[in-house]
Amino acid sequence: MSEEKKHTTLSGYELKRVYTEEDIKGEDLKAQLGEPGHYPFTRGIRENMYRDGKLWTMGQYAGFASAEEANKRFRYIIEQGGTGFSVALDLPTQMGYDSDDPMSEGEVGKVGVAIDSLADIEALFKGIPFEKVRQIRTTANANSIIMLAFYVAFAKKNGIDPNSIGFFLQNDILKEYMCRGTYIFPPAAGVKLSVDVLEYCGKHLPHWTPIAVSGYHIREAGATAAMELAFTLADMIEYYDAAVKRGVDIAAATANSYFFLAAQLDFLEEVAKYRAARRLYARIMKERYHVTDEETQRLKIFAFTSGSALTAEQPINNAVRVTIQTMAAAAGGIQTFHASSYDEAISLPTQQAVTLSLRTQQIVGYESGLTETVDPLGGSYAVEALTNAIEKDVLELLDTIEKKGGAMKCIEEGFQQRMLADNAYKYQKAVDNKERIVVGVNEFKDGKPIEPAQFTVSEEVAIKQTEKLNKLKETRDNERVARALAAIKKAAQNDENLGDYMIEAVEAYATIGEICGVLKEVYGKYTPMKIY
Amino acid sequence: MKVLIAKPGLDGHDRGAKVVARAFKDAGAEVIYTGLQATPDEIADIAEKEHVDVVGVSLLSGAHNTLMPKVIDKVKAKEGMDKTVFILGGIIPQQDIPALMEKGVSGVFGPGTPLDEVVDFTFEQVAMAKAEELAENAAQDMTNKASNI
Repeated sequence: MSEEKKHTTLSGYELKRVYTEEDIKGEDLKAQLGEPGHYPFTRGIRENMYRDGKLWTMGQYAGFASAEEANKRFRYIIEQGGTGFSVALDLPTQMGYDSDDPMSEGEVGKVGVAIDSLADIEALFKGIPFEKVRQIRTTANANSIIMLAFYVAFAKKNGIDPNSIGFFLQNDILKEYMCRGTYIFPPAAGVKLSVDVLEYCGKHLPHWTPIAVSGYHIREAGATAAMELAFTLADMIEYYDAAVKRGVDIAAATANSYFFLAAQLDFLEEVAKYRAARRLYARIMKERYHVTDEETQRLKIFAFTSGSALTAEQPINNAVRVTIQTMAAAAGGIQTFHASSYDEAISLPTQQAVTLSLRTQQIVGYESGLTETVDPLGGSYAVEALTNAIEKDVLELLDTIEKKGGAMKCIEEGFQQRMLADNAYKYQKAVDNKERIVVGVNEFKDGKPIEPAQFTVSEEVAIKQTEKLNKLKETRDNERVARALAAIKKAAQNDENLGDYMIEAVEAYATIGEICGVLKEVYGKYTPMKIY
Repeated sequence: MKVLIAKPGLDGHDRGAKVVARAFKDAGAEVIYTGLQATPDEIADIAEKEHVDVVGVSLLSGAHNTLMPKVIDKVKAKEGMDKTVFILGGIIPQQDIPALMEKGVSGVFGPGTPLDEVVDFTFEQVAMAKAEELAENAAQDMTNKASNI
């Protein structure tokens, strides 16, 4: 090891002993910052940000087991003052398998709620006071068009205006091929379906968030802050370019779009990252898509505390990590936030831990003072220098991806995957070598065994789901289902927007497995890459 | 040493699996990665075809109690694979570990485990399994010879 200790951020930016005006000299600071609420939105997307008493949406990620169980958790979150929630879907649902499919074995209800048909959505939302809910998010990506149909069908059936609720679809399939793995069809078909959602929402559901291009999973897979933003922006460009090519009014379709980004532990770097993200987004919207409306140039950010930053060792320490991440997000000016629970490195969170993570947000929001001033760290030499450094690296990476043929082509060639794997390995080595200290893991260990998890999902859920599914198939109008499925197939073959066809199918109680089965006949199935 | 890193089930979080795969490669092992969504049958087929010494399974979705025993059974049922070493990584609750060990898992490695620990442990287990195999073969030879006399 060298004599001089290296001081770097989590992403590897070398940190100086002290930053001065020299570090931002020569930059047109005024143009780079702008005013809060105005182009280029470095300082935030609203003039007053959180000062008007409206904090970010505190949307906790929840959902497990059956729709009935998840419904109880949602109602609890709202009773506790939560203003939104996220419908965590189990893996079979995300990947287009019904609960009784052999591929679903052992997975039903495990990492989220099992949804097979509209009947499950009805149970999921039973008795939810929608007037108190600002936002409902969902993890659907490969099947986001089906989730869109579920929500529309549910709203219609219950006399609710679907535009009265802020539904928030993740609908970012490209990052699934890159790192998260819940894909069904090959990339080109995946992008087509994502753009269907963009187009459909642009036309019929302007209040919805049709896409939340996601850097979160990219960061979790090992990205630096710059890779997180660059790969996210490149994916966005792939979707938006495809939408423009189809004749979609990009300003209308993307006015409510979000980026879903990580809240990592390196406080200053994360603040800089959110600021750089807004500036880059605004510039791309203006220069590439010629969007003149400021509302559409504004990047809304949903931040989620990094799961990979949590440790199974001394799990209560995670509450402190989450607090730091929450403060970074608040100082960085995000719009929606999820704080992880301290026990999540061990299992799905317990109710006590979930409550603490909501309280953490409330304490940062109402007690820390960070929300009283807009862009409180703006002008800090260190933060401005970091913001510029991240922006510069993102632009370089974006340029590389563009020259290589765009995000999808790069993913198909494994370009991003290789960078992520390299960086993840580098990070683990740095932890193993103690170049980076992780409290309780490689330093300050207490030697105590890891506390056993208290949260389990019973295998009963799968049995009950299967019974429910069998009963549904006996009682629904199976001819109507067959007609609807045939219509989807034909529309897919003709490259039509599948939105309306999906709504008809789910209203007939067609299942996710049946719908995806038909689509697989048209599009085929994606075989994953094996890069490490 | 030949290692198969496997991701059964539907879980797509394979950062850990890839990092461990790289660590084995750096330590001189030959490494094969199944990619995501490998079924227990596919894992067993690859394990047999490549005649691997180790099957390292990564599971984070809570499906370990269902999938891990299946992987072990399917691999061990293959010709000449009964001495395969199984290691498991991911989010595995403490209370599930004894049953998994009984089923044939040699080591369970949660998040925060240093890579050297995983690699060193696995090398030892493979050495032990090979020694056991040699001893068994020798014993078998003796028996055969004895019966020939």
